[in-house]
Amino acid sequence: MTEAKITKKTIMPKKNPMEAQEPGIRSRNFKEVALGYSEEAVVAEANRCLQCKKAPCRQGCPVEVDIPAFIKLVAERDFTGAIKKIKEKNSLPAICGRVCPQESQCEKYCTLGKKYEPVAIGRIERYCADRELATGVLRQETAPSSGRRVAVIGSGPAGLTCAADLAKLGHKVTVFEALHVPGGVLMYGIPEFRLPKQVVQTEINNLKNLGVEILVNNVVGKSTTVDELMSAGGYDAVFIGTGAGLPYFMRIQGESACGVYTANEFLTRTNLMKAYLFPDCDTPIRIGKKVAVLGGGNVAMDSARTALRLGAEESWIVYRRSRNELPARQEEIEHAEEEGVKFAFLTSPTKILHNEDYWVKAMECLRYELGEPDASGRRRPVPVPGSEFIMDVDTVVIAIGQGPNPLVPRTTSGLELTKKGNIFADPDTGATSKPGVYAGGDIVTGAATVILAMGAGRTAAKSIHAYLNENGGD
Amino acid sequence: MYRILNKETLAPTIKLFEIEAPVVAKKAAAGQFIILRIHDEGERIPLTIADFDRKKGTITCVFQEVGKTTKQLGTLNQGDLIKDFVGPLGLPTHIKNYGWVICVGGGVGVAPVHPIARALKQAGNEVIGIIGARSGELLFWEDKMRDACSELRVTTDDGSYARKGFVTDVLREVIEEKKDPVLCVAIGPLPMMRAVCNLTREYNLKTIVSLNSIMVDGTGMCGCCRVTVDGETKFACVDGPEFDGHLVDFDEMARRSAIYKSQEKQSLEQFNAGVTHKCSCGGEQ
Ligand SMILES: Cc1cc2nc3c(=O)[nH]c(=O)nc-3n(C[C@H](O)[C@H](O)[C@H](O)COP(=O)(O)OP(=O)(O)OC[C@H]3O[C@@H](n4cnc5c(N)ncnc54)[C@H](O)[C@@H]3O)c2cc1C
Ligand SMILES: Cc1cc2nc3c(=O)[nH]c(=O)nc-3n(C[C@H](O)[C@H](O)[C@H](O)COP(=O)(O)OP(=O)(O)OC[C@H]3O[C@@H](n4cnc5c(N)ncnc54)[C@H](O)[C@@H]3O)c2cc1C
Ligand code: SF4
Ligand code: SF4
Ligand code: FES
Repeated sequence: MTEAKITKKTIMPKKNPMEAQEPGIRSRNFKEVALGYSEEAVVAEANRCLQCKKAPCRQGCPVEVDIPAFIKLVAERDFTGAIKKIKEKNSLPAICGRVCPQESQCEKYCTLGKKYEPVAIGRIERYCADRELATGVLRQETAPSSGRRVAVIGSGPAGLTCAADLAKLGHKVTVFEALHVPGGVLMYGIPEFRLPKQVVQTEINNLKNLGVEILVNNVVGKSTTVDELMSAGGYDAVFIGTGAGLPYFMRIQGESACGVYTANEFLTRTNLMKAYLFPDCDTPIRIGKKVAVLGGGNVAMDSARTALRLGAEESWIVYRRSRNELPARQEEIEHAEEEGVKFAFLTSPTKILHNEDYWVKAMECLRYELGEPDASGRRRPVPVPGSEFIMDVDTVVIAIGQGPNPLVPRTTSGLELTKKGNIFADPDTGATSKPGVYAGGDIVTGAATVILAMGAGRTAAKSIHAYLNENGGD
Repeated sequence: MYRILNKETLAPTIKLFEIEAPVVAKKAAAGQFIILRIHDEGERIPLTIADFDRKKGTITCVFQEVGKTTKQLGTLNQGDLIKDFVGPLGLPTHIKNYGWVICVGGGVGVAPVHPIARALKQAGNEVIGIIGARSGELLFWEDKMRDACSELRVTTDDGSYARKGFVTDVLREVIEEKKDPVLCVAIGPLPMMRAVCNLTREYNLKTIVSLNSIMVDGTGMCGCCRVTVDGETKFACVDGPEFDGHLVDFDEMARRSAIYKSQEKQSLEQFNAGVTHKCSCGGEQ
């Protein structure tokens, strides 16, 4: 039936293209790469949507945005209606439109995608959100004050969403953030050229307008603890959204040499501390001529593209598997290639070599080939014996993943953890083993995505609201 | 914003600030540190908690002007505001009654050693303090240390005040004289801490040092502060800053501390030349 529908309309086989800065220019600046649709382009793209009754696209969206409904409103140029529709489910559309891995979520299931390119759902979503940000954000209704107080720990997408939803329900929310700026990975990890910090700060200002108090420079587990917040602090419930901020190492020789960065450090220095503006901003970064980034996810792509912008002559992605297995967003991989990032697939270092001053000078690597599929369903990389070779590099960025930071888990009584040290929380409610304490986002799932963190924050907000109602006000 | 309530000049390049930060003061303990950022374009720099007053809600830090940020910090005065101030970070010193202990402070390290000596004495230890500086001009808190310790010995490298010699010279005398101390705590410049450890290793005297590796977040997120202790990678900001000095790879630590030498120089030169703020990062200065 869908086949019939496809032929009924004359459909452009490809997505309407989105303007972007020229690769040769953008690879040397930190301005946003993708420039967004024009009104004409967005309407044309919206008109590609078949308005499928079953809307398979929706099942691919972790928060089930009503995709056909908002796209229909865009086709009718009712942009206010469209953004309202999106925001029923997604409170950070300007961010998700930019960073969701659409090709493995909403767009993966788009009917159109069976024959042509899928509808550019992310780009349409981004257009609506940007248009709202440019024209002034719609006032959001807040319920009368409930007199209940909730502490939210961490101001990444999970914490921000949970805080917004609870504030709208009339609860008094305080967000505790360890760093000097709220936003989590959206501020310190994802680079400016992919997600302008202005967009994130506008969302955070909206949150403040809802009456949410944000306390930066507050490390829970140090300045205060969850237990104290609930007893002396007078908070009725707590949401923990502290993310996956603990960098993993390869555990190979030479990782402490000068010139070896974790992606977290590399990106934090650049994004949060603005090292690319050194010496006008005080935080420095050292970048060599040839940079090797270990890993193949978004974090790795961001690091490799950042290295180019910081002036590296060559920037390499060194990845154990092949291009097909790269977990990064499709668009990021393409952008990285266009910008001149090079790829060493089926390769992994066994040792980092340094000179007498302890600075990185090379990596000893092994070649891999793909064997049988492993537990994750991807083919397992197997080292090829005797394939050692030397790769000359002078900067190494380790981007092989992050685990949960133990500061909060270690200082909270009665909190059940998983084997890996993540907080155990019921996926349907966000409830942890400790009454009144909820958790969500990367601290629960391990490093995942913005939209999943947001969805978890939203789920927890619902449960916390119910919990506060059940446990009566006084 | 965090207000400077009191400023003292302890030595020509060593200054003391008492800063209003009630949240930090409430939890602060000997051995911990804070991270501050002066303004929007500023670097995050760690400073040890030299003292705290829970009632007043203040933290005292003592810093030496060595580069751009500490020099700029030194230009602030009583009543001025610091943009960001977070803590207390790191693990507190493990305080208990060991019997008798030695606390060594070198240079600006006298400040962080002071609350540790005081806490150890309060816990019932006999505390022999040893403090030293390059010259008499750079020595401070002799009186405070005398109060905090059971006995205090003072030395200067050039002999311009008290006796002439390094803190290690005095340390050897104390160990020889008094026999069988249980613990030594040593805080100061890296070469000093290394020298102390080399000495105490001879006597098999357990020695705690406080490592000042380069830091960014101070919460275990970036890995910048990593140090190798007993062959294992540790994060100075969350696993330390205090470690068993006999197990620390000081060579690596010294090399990692010098990573940004050329940029630090550039930054300082620009500051000294009085270049004012001109970047587009949204700062307000
Ligand atoms: C470089 C990079 C690129 C990425 N790219 C994408 C992408 O393109 N698309 C996508 O969907 N996802 C991407 N991700 C993943 C995504 O950003 C995360 O899954 C998401 O941010 C998780 O949200 P969160 O709210 O759980 O935690 P986070 O965003 O990690 O926020 C946690 C916050 O809690 C704070 N915190 C931690 N401990 C404490 C404490 N003890 N006290 C107070 N505060 C604390 C942290 O400082 C931080 O601000 C990327 C991640 C990285 C690192
Ligand atoms: C846990 C800890 C506690 C400390 N306590 C004190 C203290 O009580 N008093 C004091 O005077 N100093 C202390 N320091 C050192 C102090 O942080 C540095 O002197 C300061 O950061 C130098 O900054 P700058 O811009 O003035 O100098 P720069 O010219 O930038 O650097 C001078 C030297 O300081 C070190 N340094 C530079 N940036 C950092 C950074 N972000 N973090 C750590 N070290 C850095 C480097 O080794 C560098 O070579 C402490 C450091 C740590 C890690
Ligand atoms: S939130 Fe993400 S997955 Fe959902 S519709 Fe928007 S872009 Fe697609
Ligand atoms: S976006 Fe795709 S799947 Fe969804 S309604 Fe439109 S055509 Fe159908
Ligand atoms: S300073 Fe970042 S992990 Fe220690």
